[in-house]
Amino acid sequence: MIRSHRQMTRRRMRRASAIALPLAAILCAWTVGGRAQDTAGGGPSSVKVGGEGKEVFETICQACHLADAKGGSGIPALAGNTHLADKDFMVDILLKGRGGMPWFNDMLTPKQIAAVATYVRSHFNSYSEPVTEADVQRIAGGAKASPRDCATC
Amino acid sequence: MIEEAGPSRRELLTMIGKAGGAIAMYQAMTALGHAAETQFTGPPALSGARKGSKVLVLGAGLAGMLAAYELRKAGYAVQILEYQARPGGRNYSIRGGDKIVEVGGATQTCEFQPGNYLNPGPWRIPHHHRTLLHYCKAFGVELEPFIQMNHNAFVHQTKAFGGKPQRYKELATDFKGHVSELLSKSLNAGALDQQVTAEDKARLIDALRDWGLLDGDLKYASNVHVSSQRGYDRAPGGGVNGEPTPSKINSLSDLLDSKVWTQMGFYFNYVMQTTMFQPKGGMDMIGKAFAKQLAGLITYNAKVTKIAQGDAGVSVMWEDVKTGKVSEAKADYCVCTIPLPVLNQIDIQVGAPMKAAIKAVPYSGQVKIGLEMRSRFWEEKYSIYGGHSFTDQAIALISYPNFDFFKDKPAVLLGAFANGAGGYQLAGMTPEQRIEAALAQGSVFHPAEYRKEFMNGVSLAWSRQPWILGCCGSWTEASRAQHYQNLVAMDGRIVLAGEHASYYGCWMEGALLSSLDAIERLHKTALAA
Repeated sequence: MIRSHRQMTRRRMRRASAIALPLAAILCAWTVGGRAQDTAGGGPSSVKVGGEGKEVFETICQACHLADAKGGSGIPALAGNTHLADKDFMVDILLKGRGGMPWFNDMLTPKQIAAVATYVRSHFNSYSEPVTEADVQRIAGGAKASPRDCATC
Repeated sequence: MIEEAGPSRRELLTMIGKAGGAIAMYQAMTALGHAAETQFTGPPALSGARKGSKVLVLGAGLAGMLAAYELRKAGYAVQILEYQARPGGRNYSIRGGDKIVEVGGATQTCEFQPGNYLNPGPWRIPHHHRTLLHYCKAFGVELEPFIQMNHNAFVHQTKAFGGKPQRYKELATDFKGHVSELLSKSLNAGALDQQVTAEDKARLIDALRDWGLLDGDLKYASNVHVSSQRGYDRAPGGGVNGEPTPSKINSLSDLLDSKVWTQMGFYFNYVMQTTMFQPKGGMDMIGKAFAKQLAGLITYNAKVTKIAQGDAGVSVMWEDVKTGKVSEAKADYCVCTIPLPVLNQIDIQVGAPMKAAIKAVPYSGQVKIGLEMRSRFWEEKYSIYGGHSFTDQAIALISYPNFDFFKDKPAVLLGAFANGAGGYQLAGMTPEQRIEAALAQGSVFHPAEYRKEFMNGVSLAWSRQPWILGCCGSWTEASRAQHYQNLVAMDGRIVLAGEHASYYGCWMEGALLSSLDAIERLHKTALAA
C-alpha cells in the first residue's frame, strides 16, 4: 500500500503531539528538580560546619577570602573592611549572596551566621559589638532559605 | 532514482519553527526522532555577513571559540581576547610541569609522569550532548569511553558498617531485594488492594520475585541465586571445588545506613547515564582542537578592563598582563563569554536589566584533586577498572582512570570531587593540606596501598582561580524568572554566552548551545541593521 507523504507526516505529527505534553512536563520537573549539574554523586555529605565563628570562617569563608581574610583578584578583603562597621552589612550578604558569592542561609544556621559575623568583625577588624542571632532573624525578616537549583553549589 | 533537492532537515525545522512557533518545531523534531535528547539540530548555516563587519569575542573557552568559528564561516572578521595563556577556559587538563597559581599566591607545580593528567573541570561527556560530540568529530578529537558505572567500586558512609566501605553491587542488590520482599508481602497481605487490580497484583508480585531475587516464600535471603548478582563468598570455579559459596546479605537496617539509593538514583540521572566519553589524552584536547581551527585569531594574556558600545560599534579596552600595555579593540558586535564573577567587576556599558542579571548569579566552588600513584593497585588487588568509589567525606569520591588499564606504570586517581561544605573546606586549605586530607580520606577505600603508593598530587580550587572565581553559575527558580531572559537578551551590540547563559549549567554542552543561540541572534541583528 502506498501512502502519500502528507498522510505519513500527519500521522507522525499526531503521534508526536500525543507525547509532547508529558515530555514537556518531565523537562520542567527536571529543571526545577535540578540535579542537572555535574556532581560527585556521593550522597549527603557528613562534613559538619562547627558552631564557633572561627570554625565557620575556616571551613567556609576562607575558601575565597583566604585565611588572612585579605581576598584578592576581585575577591573583597574582609580584613580592614570599613563596610563591616555596619553590623547588618555582612549578615545581609550572607543571607542573600552578592555577585559571584552565593547566599549561605541554606548551609549555615542563623546562629552560625551571627557567630561568623561577630568573628570577622572583631578578629579581622576592630568592631567589637557582637552580632546576635536576633540580629540575623531581624535582617532576614522571615525570608526562608533559598533553595539552589543544583547539588553542587 | 532522482532525488528532489528539498530542504535540509535543519532548514525544514527552521521553517516549521517560524511558521508554528516553538511547540510546533518541538513536535516536528520529536517526529524526526531527536528532540527529546537535545536541542541541537546541526551546526548553524549562517552566511552572508555584511562585508567588513567584525565581531569581537571575549574569552577563548568553548562558547567563545565556537562563536568565533561559526561567525567567521558566516563571513565576519573575528578577533578573540583571552585572559589566560591557553585556550579552553574550564576545558582544561593539568599535566606534569604545569603551574597553578591561586588567588593569594599559593603556587603548585604538577609532577605527573608524561601521559598522566587531571581534568579539573569537565571530565565526562554524556552520549546525548550532541553539540559537543558533533564538534569533537568535526575537529578530529578522539574520544574513548568514560567508565561511569562500576558495580565493583565502593560505597562508604562514615556511619554505616562501622565505616567499612561496601561494594556497590552488594548494597544495590540488597536494596532492591529488601524493597521487593516488603512490597510483595504487602501486596500479598492485601495492603495495596485499593491501589492495584487483582491481575496487576499478581503480575507485580511475579516481577518483584524476579527483580528482587526472592525465594519461593517471597523472602530475600542469602543463597546462590542472590549471589549471582551481589557476588559470592567463594566464586564459582572448575573441577572438584568448583561449587560456589553464597555471600551473606546485609540486614535492611544496615542497608538503610549506607544510603545506597543515592548512588542508585545518581546513575539514573539524565546527564549521568551511560554511555559517557572522554577525549583521549585529556579534556583539553577539545579546547586545543577548537583553537587550532582559529589559528591567529586569539590574543592570549589579554585582560579586558572596559566594554563600551555606541552607534558606531563596540570598543573594548584590554591590558596585556605580561607587559601592562593597554590597547583598544573595536568591532561592530561583541560576544562576551567572560564568567559572571569577573564580568561583574568590569565596567560594561549595558542596560540596567542585563547589569542586574550579571550580578544575580553566584558561582559554585568545587575542588578536584589528582593523586599520582606508583601502581594501579585498585585494578590488581580490587578488580576495579574505572568508575567511582563514593564517600560522605569532603572528597565525595575517588575516581579511577579510564585508560592504560593493566599497565605497569604510575597512574593518576581523581582523589576528590568536592562541592558544598566539603568543597569550601578543601578550597580553604593550603595545597599541601588538601593533598593530606585527600590521602587521609581516600585511604578508607584502599588502606594498605593509598599512602604507600602515593607519589605526588595536585589540586584545583575553583573559587581561587583568578580568571573565574568559581566553577559554575548557579540559578534558582526565582533568579531564572527575574533575570535569565535579561542575561541572554542582546543588549545593543553585545550578547553574552556561556554555560551561565543556558539551562544546561556547568556542562560544556550548555556553553555551546548558548553560543549557537547567541550568534544566530547576533547575525540576525547584524543583517537587519
